[in-house]
Amino acid sequence: MKWNHVSAVAGADLRRLFKSKDYWIPLVMMASLFFVVIPFISLSVITSLEQSQFVDQVTQIVGQLPESVIESVAGSTPTARASYVVAVFLLAPIAIIVPLTISAAVGSNAIVGERERGTGEYLAHSPLTTSEIYVGKLISSLVPGYLATIVGFSIYAIVVNLTVGPALGGWFFPTSGWLMLILWVIPPFIAVALALILRLSARVRSAAAAQQASSLVTLPVIILSYTVSAGVIASPGLSGFYIGAIAWVVAIVLIVSSAKKLQRERLLGVSSEA
Amino acid sequence: MDGAIRFEAVTKTFGAIRAVESLDFVAPFGAVTVLLGPNGAGKTTTVRLTTGALKSDRGSIEVLGLHPKIDGDEIRMRTGVVPPKPAFYDQLTGWENLKFAARIFAASESSALDAAERFDISDALQQEVGGYSTGMRTRLALARALIHDPEVLLLDEPTAGLDPESARNVLALIRELATKGRSIVLCTHLLHEAEGIADHVVLMNEGHAQAAGPPLELATRYIPDPIVLFDAENRPALNQLSELDGVIGISWNGGVHATVKDLERLPDLVNSLVQGGARLTRVEPLVPTLEELYFEMQRSHRSPDE
Repeated sequence: MKWNHVSAVAGADLRRLFKSKDYWIPLVMMASLFFVVIPFISLSVITSLEQSQFVDQVTQIVGQLPESVIESVAGSTPTARASYVVAVFLLAPIAIIVPLTISAAVGSNAIVGERERGTGEYLAHSPLTTSEIYVGKLISSLVPGYLATIVGFSIYAIVVNLTVGPALGGWFFPTSGWLMLILWVIPPFIAVALALILRLSARVRSAAAAQQASSLVTLPVIILSYTVSAGVIASPGLSGFYIGAIAWVVAIVLIVSSAKKLQRERLLGVSSEA
Repeated sequence: MDGAIRFEAVTKTFGAIRAVESLDFVAPFGAVTVLLGPNGAGKTTTVRLTTGALKSDRGSIEVLGLHPKIDGDEIRMRTGVVPPKPAFYDQLTGWENLKFAARIFAASESSALDAAERFDISDALQQEVGGYSTGMRTRLALARALIHDPEVLLLDEPTAGLDPESARNVLALIRELATKGRSIVLCTHLLHEAEGIADHVVLMNEGHAQAAGPPLELATRYIPDPIVLFDAENRPALNQLSELDGVIGISWNGGVHATVKDLERLPDLVNSLVQGGARLTRVEPLVPTLEELYFEMQRSHRSPDE
């Protein structure tokens, strides 16, 4: 595999995506909503409450968690502890939903889109191998989602520290669990979902069908990765590392097998199997 | 015969549809080979099989001595293709599209610029391709196909959407490339486009080659009896041609088109006409046009007993 070819495919796709306002304006809006607006409003409301039924409920829930998790919850008052739990534990899904949704939208269109535009004909006649095309498409689908996550996560960290930090005696976010989640666990989960979505994208007949089919993959991966994420955030040590490592192995196996299965004919929109 | 491209008994099906069936032809080195046939004849599938974009079900294909199923990447590296409806990344500029092609074909940016200048598209390179006219897209596709100076050029309806002047320039360039030793396969259903440019013609229909060879050789095969155009100041005097020895038949078409047994009899025919009172103004042996040849071949294949 020639990485120059892979980066040419990924680069052309990324340049095209970022030139398309129809694509990145909804992306920015969604990332802003999940990483900034919702956290800011919810955390501002919680930290402004001295005592409430919600704070009591959160306190009760925290009390039932394992000792190691309880010890990790910072804050000297019930409100501070509730704010910490919401900021660190309950808003974890945003780190999964945003990249997966964005990457799935790009990935589902990656191969079938080439076919529908007719550009697949050019790729099929080019010296690019199908593996190079597949990996290039995977990278160009993964980057927007992951980039939005990194940027969004950085902004989220600022929002959390500004709203909850004063009650906890200073900046406390990101925690080691979140860092491990963002840097080690999330990327392979996105890659697993994309490996399957690109496979679907090569097989279906239209972009609309690809988007429908991609939701079949995205939803279970979101549920699975949310469960895993909660565990990683709660106990980020070696177990978090192993979860990430397993996810990476699964992702690599899926990517390699899917890349090998992509047929050049699929870029043309004709197939003997069709 | 050695050829840049050789198809032997190649078949490709899509489900129940036989796109190409027992296709045999050879495209010689350094020549313009025209795949001539109606829409659906299998020309585009033939191009796709040549580069290995499609895999044949049966038969053997050789391109530059290589086999597409085994050496597809090398064949594609040495081949340039202009598809029938050239597509680009419309949000990117012409230059960005050419740079993408240059990267995957390991060509330099200067060769991309040269190719753009060759097809008079360099002024529009900073525009997004989505705003290009059909003609501009075709010219950009031609530039993109030549960016790596390919040994084999596969052009599928390359003048579609071009104005007459641009189309003529493209055909002139095809001829120029062939004289420089490039092997060119041109797919078309436009007979006038193939006329004068084809060194070798493959007449395709329903997925197979009905006939193949140089146009003159095909003319000898399908229109074996020479045709001579006679004209005179007193045209009625030309009617006597039908009764002269050595004339097979005549038809009127801006003079008389006389089918004769052989051209060696022409001086005798002229002599007889003059003695019969004809005041001749024109006597010209005709080379059949590709159009005449095409329809004669089609007629011959429809009615093999005739």
